[in-house]
Amino acid sequence: MQFWVIQTLNSLALGGLLFLLSAGFSLIFGLMRIANLTHGAFFMLGTYIGVSALRVFPNLWLAALAGAVVVGLFGALLERFVLRSLGGNALGQVLLTLGVAFIISDLCLIVWGGDPIPVQTPDYLRKPMLIAGLPFPTYRLVVVVIALVTALLLWLLMERTRLGAMIRAGVDDMQMARAVGIPVSKLFTIVFCLGAALAGAGGVIGGPILSAYPGLDADMLPLALIVVILGGVGSLVGALVGSFIVGFVYTFGTALLPDLAYVILFLPMIFVIAFKPTGLFGKVSA
Amino acid sequence: MRSARWIVALVLVALPQFAGEFYVNLISQIFIAAIFASSLNLLVGYAGLTSLGHASYLGVSAYLSAWLYLKLGIGHWLSAPIALAVTTVMAGFFGWIALRASGLGFLMITLALSQVLWGLAYRWSAVTNGDNGLSGLTRPQPFGLSLDSASAFYYFTLIVVAVAIGMMAKFIGSPFGAALKGTRDQPRRMSALGHDVRRVRWITFVYAGFWGAVSGLLYIYYHKYIHPTSLSLTNSAEALLGVIAGGSGTLVGPIIGAAIVVLLKNYVSAYVERWNMLLGFVFVAIVLFMPDGLVPGVRRLWARVTGRRKPTDAASNS
Amino acid sequence: MTISRRTFMTSAGAAAGLTVLPAPFARAQSEPIRIGLLTVKTGPLASGGIDMEKGLALYMRERNNTLAGRKCEVIVADTGGVPATARTKTQELVEKNKVQVLIGPLAAFEALAIDDYIRAQSIPTLSVAAAEDMTQRKANPWFVRGTSTSAQCAHPMADYCAKTLKYKRIVVIADDIAYGHEMVAGFQRVFEEQGGRIVQKTFPPLTVPDYGTYLAQLNTKADAVFLGFAGSNGFRFVRQFNEYGLNGKIALVGGMTALDEAVLRNMGDEALGILTTCWYSADLDNPINRKFAADFRADAKYDPGFYAAATYVEGAVLQGALEAVKGKIEDKAAFMKALRAAKVNTARGPVSFDEYGNVVGNVYIRKVERKQGRLVNSVIHTYPNVSQFWTYPPKAFLANPVYSRDWPPAKFLE
Repeated sequence: MQFWVIQTLNSLALGGLLFLLSAGFSLIFGLMRIANLTHGAFFMLGTYIGVSALRVFPNLWLAALAGAVVVGLFGALLERFVLRSLGGNALGQVLLTLGVAFIISDLCLIVWGGDPIPVQTPDYLRKPMLIAGLPFPTYRLVVVVIALVTALLLWLLMERTRLGAMIRAGVDDMQMARAVGIPVSKLFTIVFCLGAALAGAGGVIGGPILSAYPGLDADMLPLALIVVILGGVGSLVGALVGSFIVGFVYTFGTALLPDLAYVILFLPMIFVIAFKPTGLFGKVSA
Repeated sequence: MRSARWIVALVLVALPQFAGEFYVNLISQIFIAAIFASSLNLLVGYAGLTSLGHASYLGVSAYLSAWLYLKLGIGHWLSAPIALAVTTVMAGFFGWIALRASGLGFLMITLALSQVLWGLAYRWSAVTNGDNGLSGLTRPQPFGLSLDSASAFYYFTLIVVAVAIGMMAKFIGSPFGAALKGTRDQPRRMSALGHDVRRVRWITFVYAGFWGAVSGLLYIYYHKYIHPTSLSLTNSAEALLGVIAGGSGTLVGPIIGAAIVVLLKNYVSAYVERWNMLLGFVFVAIVLFMPDGLVPGVRRLWARVTGRRKPTDAASNS
Repeated sequence: MTISRRTFMTSAGAAAGLTVLPAPFARAQSEPIRIGLLTVKTGPLASGGIDMEKGLALYMRERNNTLAGRKCEVIVADTGGVPATARTKTQELVEKNKVQVLIGPLAAFEALAIDDYIRAQSIPTLSVAAAEDMTQRKANPWFVRGTSTSAQCAHPMADYCAKTLKYKRIVVIADDIAYGHEMVAGFQRVFEEQGGRIVQKTFPPLTVPDYGTYLAQLNTKADAVFLGFAGSNGFRFVRQFNEYGLNGKIALVGGMTALDEAVLRNMGDEALGILTTCWYSADLDNPINRKFAADFRADAKYDPGFYAAATYVEGAVLQGALEAVKGKIEDKAAFMKALRAAKVNTARGPVSFDEYGNVVGNVYIRKVERKQGRLVNSVIHTYPNVSQFWTYPPKAFLANPVYSRDWPPAKFLE
């Protein structure tokens, strides 16, 4: 019983973290059809920005904001001045986003060094919570809440605002959107910026769990890809459900079949793409 | 153009006579990377399928060859064809799964399949020796000739690379290659014309897997050691970057691209401490200034300088 | 490239020497000794690799780049922590830079990747990597290791847990790499032979995003958890261990890199009181280390740890051997003999080598304490002159299979 309770909570916590990681990736892919392989590096950059921000003002939420602003700005500049010139050159995008990921990861090594750096959990969340008599880290539950709130806000943004309506129009039919006078190129910059900002904030919020260390980017990127592919690219619901599915599969998979720890995430993905190439909730084929 | 080719050939043949041992070894490594990248280019450049799991074929054939030798005591003359055959069959199976998708889905399936193999290499230590890797290997002795010296191995690799590139060029130049390019550019039309698009892609996938396996054999002969990193995502990604940077869909592009990656990693890194960042900047610069890769970009530049106008598709056929 | 730098310098030196001195002596005087350092400066292992470079640089600077009366030149190569690159870099150092001795590499798989090359080229190598069999069943004649094998420090820790701490039941958790397997295996063997029981054995993958899953399954009815982590993983594990409210319920003890000075400097009070074992501590009280730790701290602004001390110690071994052969590194066989016969006082205490080229030296049990505001590994017990074979006769030890995930077999898992 204990096992199931704690592992369920673990699954939810991991799912929340994965949503914060992959929401931005999904958003960018949905509108722009760019597989942004810099996304892991954005996440790591966010964590490191959080580390530095916390040295200035000891408040995790402000640090997350700082991470979002800095990484979002970086994303906007990257889109506006570099990515845009590639047009629809998909291979060029792969090369470029991976190249930028190399640069960011080496830059982080220069600036923050090679040692792992902790991100402090806020004092008031440091005490474990007792759930069914078992201690569980309070902060992880908070991460789940943050993920759900983020999902809700993104949903409101997409469904209830003009910007969201324009994005949806762009996702459904780019040429039509252009024809009816939606400023598509500005929209691209905004969406790329938003996606990067989400990764940056996610990096800071994930920081107390993961810490900042070189290689965080490479550890995170495949997870984002798995979530998005599984859930269906470009679908917010897909990213949310995909995150929690991956959270559960990973947690219970490694707990029950420890020998499969290395492949537990990839096997289900192979089946999903092989039999439902659009992912569970995707409208467009990946 | 033709005379330039002869000069290149002559330089390559004469190279070990004047270059130091280290440089000879470095160029042997470029040859191996060139076969690997060229085989990936069959998929990326000619079939329009971006694979992020090509290290699977290099790694599996290398592991198989090592394992057959170490655990079963099978000599190179038998282990090499077995490794090639098994890896090619595996490519057939992987292709069957992966070609259910295209685009990003294809990329992710190939990535996932290779990650599964990578996980196996780490975890299945009874066979792979885990992260200690397999060591204690030898190089083959074709016709009794030892390949232990740098220059002997260089010539051996030179022959294999010449055959490999020649065979791949032939493949591309054949009617089948034309159909393949058709499925890349106009899949629907090709389908309407009665071509079985999936079958064309699958054959190419298997053929690419075969040459990937060949590069894997050379890899294990060269290093005499194999570790799970050879199956890693990084290894696949570097090859892909080499292909795109050099110019996908051209014969020479992947060779140049592979050479750039090998040189930056193994040679320039001795002089530039932040070579990882440099690699990143080189890739970014190539994309920005020569969006379709170095070789087509330089060709265009050359044409502009000499004032000669070339038909645009000359690049993709030569 | 038609004439290599080495031949040029040799003939130039010899020509100059003809007039005044016998040729060999002139050459030894004029030509610097070339030392290759194989380290990692990019990628996830860079932290340790950068410290390796700093440690050796400090050692050479303190001696004005002169060992045994000869100038020395250190050439640094970055392997990126990739075995294939490690091999190419070794070739570059040997074939292009003509180094006469190698220090490094960092990781076990790098050492294994260059093993046959070192043999073929006969390059004396002072290793930092811990791969057991490199000085055991497949001992490389050109290899000396002044640090330790994976299990060399784990044996005494097990002894300490059983005899001094009176632990009976221990859970082990380690990185799923050979280093982790070997360390845990050595710990298990000694601990169980002294009547203890390993009740749970877990090997999370190296790149596991989070230890929550593993913590939830931790057998809490044990006396202690032994941590066999490398790099940043021990650090993350300890933090999460606290978050799951396990602090105070089970004791933590660790292997030689679990709470290295490199991670300790970024940790907080959660690390206090944890016992670990290593052949070094920045807090070690001997004259050589007092100077080393102070100088290193002045330079780098942090305490030296495992990797910085590793190259500093290897530097001392190198110097000892060079002095024994009066600087004549050119006679490889004699130099190699001198390396293995070296008996030197180093920052880690006195070291000597067994016939397989592995170090015999002190191993320290350390406790994390706060001193002058810093967390340090304070030495609480010393096991003198520990060999890689612990107290076993080498022959009997080597008759067993190499330490691994499955050997010795776990008999008491619950």
